[in-house]
Amino acid sequence: MSGTKQPAAAAPQPNPPASPPATPAPKAEPVRAKELAAKIASKFPEVKVDYMRERRLKVTAPSSKVKDLGTFVRDELGFDHLDTVSAVDWIGKNEFEIIYFVGSASKPGLEDFILAMAERIPRDDPVAPTLIDVWLAADYNERETHEMFGINFQGHPNQSHLFLPEDWNDIPPLRKDYVSPGR
Amino acid sequence: MTTESEFVPDADRVMAVSLGPQHPGAGHFRIKLWLDGDYLVRSEPDPGYVHRGEEKMGEYRNYIQNVPHLERPVILDSSNILLPYALGVDELMNSAIPPRAQYLRTIMSEANRIISHMYFLGILGIFVGHSTIIEWMMGDRDYWIDFAERIGGARVTFAYIIPGGVRNDMPSFAVEKGLKTCDWFEKRLDEYDKIFLRNPIFLQRTEGVGVLTKEDAIRLGATGTVLRASGVKHDLRKDEPYCAYPELDFSVSTLDAGDSWSRAYVAFLEMRESVKIIRQALKQIPQGPVRLKLGPQPRVPAGEVFSRTEAARGDMSYHIVSDGSPRPYRLKISTPSLKNLRVLPHILRNAHVADIPVIYWSENLWPVEFDR
Repeated sequence: MSGTKQPAAAAPQPNPPASPPATPAPKAEPVRAKELAAKIASKFPEVKVDYMRERRLKVTAPSSKVKDLGTFVRDELGFDHLDTVSAVDWIGKNEFEIIYFVGSASKPGLEDFILAMAERIPRDDPVAPTLIDVWLAADYNERETHEMFGINFQGHPNQSHLFLPEDWNDIPPLRKDYVSPGR
Repeated sequence: MTTESEFVPDADRVMAVSLGPQHPGAGHFRIKLWLDGDYLVRSEPDPGYVHRGEEKMGEYRNYIQNVPHLERPVILDSSNILLPYALGVDELMNSAIPPRAQYLRTIMSEANRIISHMYFLGILGIFVGHSTIIEWMMGDRDYWIDFAERIGGARVTFAYIIPGGVRNDMPSFAVEKGLKTCDWFEKRLDEYDKIFLRNPIFLQRTEGVGVLTKEDAIRLGATGTVLRASGVKHDLRKDEPYCAYPELDFSVSTLDAGDSWSRAYVAFLEMRESVKIIRQALKQIPQGPVRLKLGPQPRVPAGEVFSRTEAARGDMSYHIVSDGSPRPYRLKISTPSLKNLRVLPHILRNAHVADIPVIYWSENLWPVEFDR
């Protein structure tokens, strides 16, 4: 944010507040979205860039390439920390979109960056490979996505219900054609 | 504890036990345990008892109606769960938030961090049988709640941080109250250190218990105090500064041991930093408006955003997809407790039964937060 100013009459104080405002510690040169997108494109030409922002990059890969791409961004680019797995039900296009949000906890210059790695799969046959082998932390997030959207993560060792009751026998609740009771 | 009649087939001596879901202190949450005598062979968290479908509810309500129910999953830390939501909607609407609102957001966020950490340390005290500290923490926490009440108008669920700014301005007497509370609380922190965190009995119960190495913390996706107690210096207030944080002077606390004591002590150190932040923010807060006029049913341009902030327990993030209608098309809430829950079975392995409550609570997990 910019344009913040000190109060007009800043009386001298025993512990003067940081003025001029303290700037955040200088960081290593941030690896920016464009560079990352170029690195990904050089290795995976089929990957499509959805958006680039200062601290965000979203790419869409074909479902068959997601695992290789995941391994690449983890090992070569430093995205070692999985934040979460989200999914969107694009019912009009008859597609599910699965998105892995990954950041970095150890690589300098990447700590403010999130890479969103998406794949689109047909709604009629919602099968996607599991990425547990790439990010172990994906375990619960994929289980949640499985129960909420009915997406089958192939290779996932345990897709039992995490949050839903064991005896839930309706369609998965976060699909757009599921209507909450009373709505 | 209730025993179940299921045994691991190939090992007769291993007994399956269910901890919870009505365990006092653990909240509405169950951990399935497999025990060999006094040792834990394996454990499996079983959440879901308080799942409310917040994400589905979010799709039925407009961007303003979503504010009060989104803070329900974590009423202890209610400002911090709303902040990334507000930042995300602001980004989608491309709104420039007034500087005074940025400061007020920061102040409330830090007050909530202290309120949440005091609750955490108090309950950790009672889990190891230190009954003094829970009384102290619960009593002293009320002064911070009083301060937050002066600003937010409610005691716990403020619904204060909203898209476009904050709900109302801070009355001038809140500044005086806040500065007084800061001064008094800093002295109080030294006393907590002596009576509780450096208490030999507490040290014996927590040092070296439930160790999480740096590599495992990253691999398992830990966040917040759990990650920083394992030696990873990752704090979004510094790494990805938002609100008024770039203008304030504070440091990120980390420890290297990764045990239960470090997780508690990092939270303790963070309270000191929070006091510093609140004091500076109260002194240098600029005058001006505190919110933008969005109207009752703001239209958010179509788009997608991933916003995250450092909540009391760690990295709180939202994935918001808008299709241009007044309601979110998709609202994904990713809470720090769920990220840290992924770590729990790992650090419980080979623990003594008596250490389970300590390890469990040292992670500062909150069942309602991970169930949503």
